[in-house]
Amino acid sequence: MRIACPFCGERENGEFTYLGDASPKRPNFAVDGGESPERVEDAFHDYVYLRDNLAGVMREYWYHGGGCRSWLVAERNTVTHEFVSVTAAPGAGAALAARAGE
Amino acid sequence: MSGYSQSEPLARTAREEANIRTAVTSASQSHRLPGDGMIDRRSPLRFSFDGKAMTGFAGDTLASALVANGVKLVARSFKYHRPRGIVTAGSEEPSALVEMRTGARREPNTRATTQELYDGLIANSQNRWPSLRHDLMSINQLFAPIFVAGFYYKTFMWPAKFWESIYEPMIRRAAGLGKSAELPDPDHYDKAWAHCDVLVVGGGPAGLSAALAAGRAGSRVILVEEDTLLGGRLLGDGGEIDGMDAREWLRSTTRELVSLPNVRIMTRTALFGVYDGGTYAALERVSDNVAMPDRHQVRQRLWRIVARRSVVTAGAIERPIVFPGNDRPGVMMASAVRTYVNRFAALPGKRVALFTNNDDGWRTAEIIQRAGAHIVAVIDPRREVPAQHRRLVDTYDLRVLAGVVSDVKGGVDGVRSIVVTNDRNGQTQRVETDCLAVSGGWNPNVGLSCFHRGKPIWREDIAAFVPGGAPKGMATAGAANGELSLGACLRDGHSAGAKAAAECGAAGKPGEASKADEEGYGIAPLWHVKGKGKAFVDFQHDVTASDVTLAQREGFESVEHLKRYTTLGMATDQGKTSNINGLAIMAEATGRTIPETGTTIYRPPYAPVAIGAIAGHHRDENFHAWRLTPSHHWAAKQGAVFVDTGLWKRAQWYPLAGEKDWLESVSREVLAVRNGVGFCDVSTLGKVDVRGADAGVFLDRVYINAFSSLAVGKARYGLMLREDGIVYDDGTTSRLAEDHYFLTTTTAKAGLVMQHLEFCRQVLFPDLDVQLTSATDQWAQFSIAGPNARKLLQDLVDPSEDLTNEGFPFMGAREVKLRGGVIARLFRISFSGEMAFEISVPARYGAAMAENLMIAGKPYGVTPYGTEALGVMRIEKGHVAGPELNGTTTADDLGLGKMMSKKKDFIGRVMAGREALIAPNRQVVVGVKPTDKARRLRSGAHVVPKGETPGPKTDQGYVTSVCFSPVLDQWIGLGLVERGRERIGEIVRIHDPLRSEDYEAEICSPVFYDPEGVRQRG
Ligand SMILES: [Zn+2]
Repeated sequence: MRIACPFCGERENGEFTYLGDASPKRPNFAVDGGESPERVEDAFHDYVYLRDNLAGVMREYWYHGGGCRSWLVAERNTVTHEFVSVTAAPGAGAALAARAGE
Repeated sequence: MSGYSQSEPLARTAREEANIRTAVTSASQSHRLPGDGMIDRRSPLRFSFDGKAMTGFAGDTLASALVANGVKLVARSFKYHRPRGIVTAGSEEPSALVEMRTGARREPNTRATTQELYDGLIANSQNRWPSLRHDLMSINQLFAPIFVAGFYYKTFMWPAKFWESIYEPMIRRAAGLGKSAELPDPDHYDKAWAHCDVLVVGGGPAGLSAALAAGRAGSRVILVEEDTLLGGRLLGDGGEIDGMDAREWLRSTTRELVSLPNVRIMTRTALFGVYDGGTYAALERVSDNVAMPDRHQVRQRLWRIVARRSVVTAGAIERPIVFPGNDRPGVMMASAVRTYVNRFAALPGKRVALFTNNDDGWRTAEIIQRAGAHIVAVIDPRREVPAQHRRLVDTYDLRVLAGVVSDVKGGVDGVRSIVVTNDRNGQTQRVETDCLAVSGGWNPNVGLSCFHRGKPIWREDIAAFVPGGAPKGMATAGAANGELSLGACLRDGHSAGAKAAAECGAAGKPGEASKADEEGYGIAPLWHVKGKGKAFVDFQHDVTASDVTLAQREGFESVEHLKRYTTLGMATDQGKTSNINGLAIMAEATGRTIPETGTTIYRPPYAPVAIGAIAGHHRDENFHAWRLTPSHHWAAKQGAVFVDTGLWKRAQWYPLAGEKDWLESVSREVLAVRNGVGFCDVSTLGKVDVRGADAGVFLDRVYINAFSSLAVGKARYGLMLREDGIVYDDGTTSRLAEDHYFLTTTTAKAGLVMQHLEFCRQVLFPDLDVQLTSATDQWAQFSIAGPNARKLLQDLVDPSEDLTNEGFPFMGAREVKLRGGVIARLFRISFSGEMAFEISVPARYGAAMAENLMIAGKPYGVTPYGTEALGVMRIEKGHVAGPELNGTTTADDLGLGKMMSKKKDFIGRVMAGREALIAPNRQVVVGVKPTDKARRLRSGAHVVPKGETPGPKTDQGYVTSVCFSPVLDQWIGLGLVERGRERIGEIVRIHDPLRSEDYEAEICSPVFYDPEGVRQRG
């Protein structure tokens, strides 16, 4: 299986590490944000432990550790292993610089 | 591009010719025909089978050479030890398995039909004792009733202890295949990648047409063929293509393919697996055709081929008919008989009988007659001579019998006669023969198209399964696709090749497809002739028709159950000749159709693959890559003992002459540091340069403690949690400039922490202005520790550098200039508890640094120390490491709870506050020392309250790290103990059931040495 890294091109899957579902978002936790501790804890509990296990296309985090060290968000069909798309994480590689117009 | 050439006779000297004539005249090739076939008569080869010397020719397989030498008996069967012969001429061979070579290269279960003959080849039959002709184990046939389907499950159920002592050894001796070598494999195996537009699998008429069409169109083509020669069935069948002899066509097609620079031909290469995204695996037998690989040559090469499109033209396999005695030596597939005659000029029998239920089988009659041998009878249950073979019958006055073969008589040397039964009137007659050619029809090779759980579909007109689709990017063509005539193969292959090339964007013209007859096949299915005597379905696993029907009677009707219960199709041939027959008989027994009965799931590998080929060069010391520290070679010269830590090799200790064991060396190193000075290469720690305006904020979020408040020029110990609140890693991080930190990790977690930090930067906090650079390999880092550390170091740095407590206090961190001008990074940090520095120099200076430390330290008795002494000193100081950072402990468990900032968010903060993670009865780090000072403490031992019986209810933790402390002159340790910090001074029971030890120990502070930390601030 090969994965099309947006920075490096198609590379063999041994260069990548799989992390899992890319849907959960880390709660934006401000220390003095006024949220009740229970709500903060519940939000983190969901973020850390709750995952959907889809048979079909999933958004997943992959890390190109054997290449450009970018974190990628891939849409992959968990039934056929087919990659629908692979994009860079918001802060990956030159993404930040590119966004800043460099 | 391609190194492929069809074998051409070589020029020889007169002397070689004379030698050859001698060899040929002394040869015993009683069944060699006068024609040339595809063998080279000018290259005779000597070989031995079961110790008997014989000869063959270049181009022979071991099987064809045995046929030419008139050998029929080549093996004993798996369970019943029945005499067996050669059944096929290809890789599907179920019976003719031999043990190849000797000594360390001995390899069992080699198919004689695919083993190329070479000069000096040594092969032996297997699974017989004492000899192939007189096999005492054939008495197993008398016990046949216990060897029926499911016998493993039925016979040896009770008592359980008999399994190991009696049943298993007995079965292993009695039933089995060959023995593998018990010595390390002396050969090398390689792995390689290849990339192409169009991969063509199989070099028969369809594959050649596909490769040619795609190659002409301009695609990058790889054609893989498991055989040594291209041609597939053309080599055995001949025929006429485009008005020329098939061999002439083969030569001209091969020439054109070889001339195309975009076509690569790989023979001796068997495709065995289909993986995701157009990746294929193939095994190239590089040196299996010689006695031993050439110097620096590999034995086999595992290819991973990435192809945008593939065309599978893997052909079809002729299937046997199941009838009593169908396993006797001399019963052979009709197509194999043709191959031995046409390709190898070897005659499997002088009086051949033919049993066929289809028109294709009849070709064997013609080829045998033309070769000058005799067809004694053609038995065809269809009761009518096919139109295209009527002239054949007239020309040779063939005896044609309507009916079936209902029994085969003979001995260990094979068939002597067959019984033919007219299935209408029941009349029987006996026909004398020495070879029975059988054709039950053809099974397209659907395996590769089904490896992604594809299901084949049944085609009634050819009574066979054909691909019911294929993995993305794959097409099937030719006989593999159910196109069983030569003309259709050429046409189908061409169009599949042209289509694949067009899909890859090739713009060239694929040319016209070659043409040949599209003759009929006319099969009338015949699976099973009932009668007395064993009728074999799976020759290799000795599964008979009655085993299949017994399985059905006992309720194992699903094909997957049938397979497990009878072991049908589970041998090394994976049922290539038996699976379809087995399920046809099951269909008949259950009254279902064959498609209703269905097939078992197809899985790779298609053909056996040696483990050595999968391992490639990754064996022994090359099992994984090594990482060597910058001072490695220097340390090796000092006689260091090395230990593997992850991929690293680290100096564990440096033994001196006269030291009796490791403990003596390690204790000396510890005392040298505590009383003088020592140094240790700590370059294996992970190092990350963290830069950017938000570097401090970033570190605040990944560590539990604050780093944005760290002053420039200072170092601080930091602890990271996982998001679930458990400790992840620790290390010292220094601030070298306002926007520049230098972070270190543990050796074990270096890669993972880098990955984690990149995740935090790129995914969680992409708005922070921070960049990370892995610098682990860029810096050689040494710990210099002991009361004389500063003095030693002062001699190494530029005189302008102030290393006094005032100029460079404890936890200081800054760049320093060394004598000679090299810029180093210096850190005043201590893992040992002594006054200590860590110094980083560019990695290329690592070895020089070690040398200079030795020179500069000579006046102070400097001592290099290894990871053991490092470990002893960290335990003496109560510093936690891997055994305590074990993936279950919190910061507070480690005694570091006070470090957790309450003023900021950081990874793991919220979840670390969960009830169970802050419970008062958690197991926390404490010191442990046996009350008997002479007692050796062992890690892993359990901690139980004094006077309690050890068990799950009384267990309160365990000892995590131990060492012999030369300073305290006793064994000490760290442990994780329930409510440990409240129990300092308590005597507990240490229970070690693994080592049968039980003793008492005192719970104490984890800091055994210099608890006030005076020395490190020195
Ligand atoms: Zn990449």
